[in-house]
Amino acid sequence: MTNVTRVTVRTAGAFALLAAIALGMPAARADDAQKTLKFIPQADLRSIDPIWTTAYITRNHGYMVYDTLFALDANFVPQPQMVDSYTVSPDKLKYTFTLRSGLKFHDGAPVRSIDCIASLKRWEKRDPQGAKLAEFTASMDAVDDKSFTMTLKEPFSLVLDSLAKLSSNVPFIMPERIANTDAFQQITDATGSGPFKFVKEEWVPGNKAVYVKNLDYVPRKEPPSYAAGGKIAKVDRVEWLYVPDASTASAALAAGEVDYYEQPPVDLLPVLEKNKDIVVANIDPKGSQGVLRFNFLNPPFNNVKAREALLYLVDQTDYLRAIAGDPKNWQTCLSMYACGTPMATDAGAEILKGKRDLAKAKALLKEAGYNGERVVMLTATDQPIVNNQVLITSELLRQAGVDVYVEANDWGTMITRRASKEPLDKGGWNIFHTWTVAADTATPLLNNAIRASGANAWFGWPDDPKIEALRDAWVRAPDVEAQKKIAADLQVEAYKFIPYIPTGQFILPSAYRKNLSGVIIAPVTFLWNIEKH
Amino acid sequence: MLVVAIFVFSLLYLSPGDPAIIIGGDTATPADIAHIRAKLGLDRPFLVQFGSWLWNVVRGDLGISIFTNLPVSRLILQRVEPTVALTICTMLVTITVAIPMGVVAAWKAGTWIDRLVMGFAVLGFSFPVFVTGYLLIFSLSIWADLLPVQGYVSISNGFFAFLPNMVLPSLALGMVYTALIARMTRASMLEVLSQDYIRTAHSKGLSTPAVLLGHALKNASVPIVTTIGIGLALLISGVVVTESVFAIPGLGRLTVDAILRRDYPIIQGVILVFSAAYVLVNLAIDVCYTFLDPRIRY
Repeated sequence: MTNVTRVTVRTAGAFALLAAIALGMPAARADDAQKTLKFIPQADLRSIDPIWTTAYITRNHGYMVYDTLFALDANFVPQPQMVDSYTVSPDKLKYTFTLRSGLKFHDGAPVRSIDCIASLKRWEKRDPQGAKLAEFTASMDAVDDKSFTMTLKEPFSLVLDSLAKLSSNVPFIMPERIANTDAFQQITDATGSGPFKFVKEEWVPGNKAVYVKNLDYVPRKEPPSYAAGGKIAKVDRVEWLYVPDASTASAALAAGEVDYYEQPPVDLLPVLEKNKDIVVANIDPKGSQGVLRFNFLNPPFNNVKAREALLYLVDQTDYLRAIAGDPKNWQTCLSMYACGTPMATDAGAEILKGKRDLAKAKALLKEAGYNGERVVMLTATDQPIVNNQVLITSELLRQAGVDVYVEANDWGTMITRRASKEPLDKGGWNIFHTWTVAADTATPLLNNAIRASGANAWFGWPDDPKIEALRDAWVRAPDVEAQKKIAADLQVEAYKFIPYIPTGQFILPSAYRKNLSGVIIAPVTFLWNIEKH
Repeated sequence: MLVVAIFVFSLLYLSPGDPAIIIGGDTATPADIAHIRAKLGLDRPFLVQFGSWLWNVVRGDLGISIFTNLPVSRLILQRVEPTVALTICTMLVTITVAIPMGVVAAWKAGTWIDRLVMGFAVLGFSFPVFVTGYLLIFSLSIWADLLPVQGYVSISNGFFAFLPNMVLPSLALGMVYTALIARMTRASMLEVLSQDYIRTAHSKGLSTPAVLLGHALKNASVPIVTTIGIGLALLISGVVVTESVFAIPGLGRLTVDAILRRDYPIIQGVILVFSAAYVLVNLAIDVCYTFLDPRIRY
């Protein structure tokens, strides 16, 4: 055979091989197990410790493998989950909890009260609501393997709400041997007692996380409602496939390679909606809130007049259109507690509700002593929700005659930069934007941005003793009605002091194949109850 | 390697970004952040951190990832197979197509065939990989339903399970390298084809294929092999866009993700691996020269 003939034969062979592979593909893909749910999560699972990090992806992983003592239902009411029954003493100082029968960890060991106590203690070291519970708690003691008590120093109406905390950090129950890990040290063992088991050997960070059905799980009898009710795993295996490119992820969903895409970007939704095999659904009706945050350490926004000026400029519809596009995916929301949650109120939001007034804003900036100094805004160009808000605010400020400098970063750099308390010439900043899910902004205790405890407050460090006093009063309120009243008073004060400006409430729809049923509507993506037909 | 290690470590130390803040999240207090930083050993002086890292590297321990809490060596090993597989498949596509194209273009220099090949080369090099990738996905996966859109299947699951996922990324990436190597082959061949010994070979009655492949291509191969080697090194050190478009868990994505999260041990580990790969590839190219051109001696 000559060289040319040899080359020709080899080339033809290669093409023939490619053709054979191509023709064989549909059959190869057809064997995709009916009982495997392929899911594209919102982010890559990097840590498996939902107490060590607040990352939502790790929280979602937590819900797969762990269970909680109580869980929030769709009415934001805590319902027993691992707990079978509980009693509260007449003086409201002693809670006694009894666990359900048959609860087992993935290693076969029974769930005991000492596991619960150790888990709660670790959680209290990292979570602000947990820390508040710890402040009120005198002791937690095991009565026997299935019962334990929580004795309080003074009545605390949020005991069950705390144990049913929906979003990061969630008080998941782990075996005592794991829960005894330092709260600032990551756990390495994902043994829980939840409806799915984590298959650590198949975990490839940046690519895949695998869960299999926990055959020993004993679900509650009630129907699922948010994190409460029966958690029945209806598929044998769940694969989280991290696909970083949104277009590819959408194409994979369209081609049927995956079943469920948790957070497609809004610009791809119209394409997905046109596909008859795909359902685009709002599975989190409460959504998230945009946040415009000031730095109280640097002028001009250390002056309330300058902050008020922005209150006259911000039009939530501009922000919401930029973040979520189609109006069906957003709503203006003047409440600092997510709209649709029990504490939501418009109290004090008259300026934000009123007419936009550029002249008034300019006058207020002048009153604040603003004299053309540079204002630094931090943005993260890899986070469209952040960056789109920054573009709008910077333009509004320019219209008001402010010299705005937008500092572009990636998200990792931005959240480090916002921790700087330095003046502008040493790397400081004036404004950043972010967003927070409704579950994390539903109450004065959960809403981090409303805190005004100075150096201990969230980035920006506002200091307003009135707000803090009202937060404290809210925590001590005896019932929901009293809580609502105090929450409204607190918001009135917040709109006077303006620790931040809410830029509206939006939802990020999910997309899944039509052959799925039982997708739970909730602020967190839960994968139990889903059937694949 | 030591210079690379010092340079990378210093650069990361000086760059903005703090993994403790990323880990702590929105609710962490300054005390929490300080506690996390201490747990990670990030509060120690630069020289102590560097010395400790270097000592571990010398003992073969690349450290533990800050976020995943898994050994860096395990994370790198997980990513080596997809990267090597993509590199080999891309190079196979490239060499199979580019060298014949370059040879034919040189042989038919100035004709429409030459212009066609060079036009393809310009297009291949000018088209961003992600555009090519999306076009291939649309045509071969969505429209024709012949190949999977994304993902990687290990070769340990069987060759025919592995190969379908490699076709589209290899074709998308191969376009760029095919264009580059075809142009290089053509330029090299043109130079050789004008030499006296080629005229002599023709006058001795050798067939055109024998002259082109047996005499010209061999003598034109040194710059071609150099270009292939550079391409190989570039492919190993990460083709982030291709890996992202086709969701291939390769070393490129591992690096970029680690940089975005400030996962310092991973960044340091992969850069060491990349620099070692560069050194090895260059060594292999240098060794190849001696086989291709006996006049080259070291």
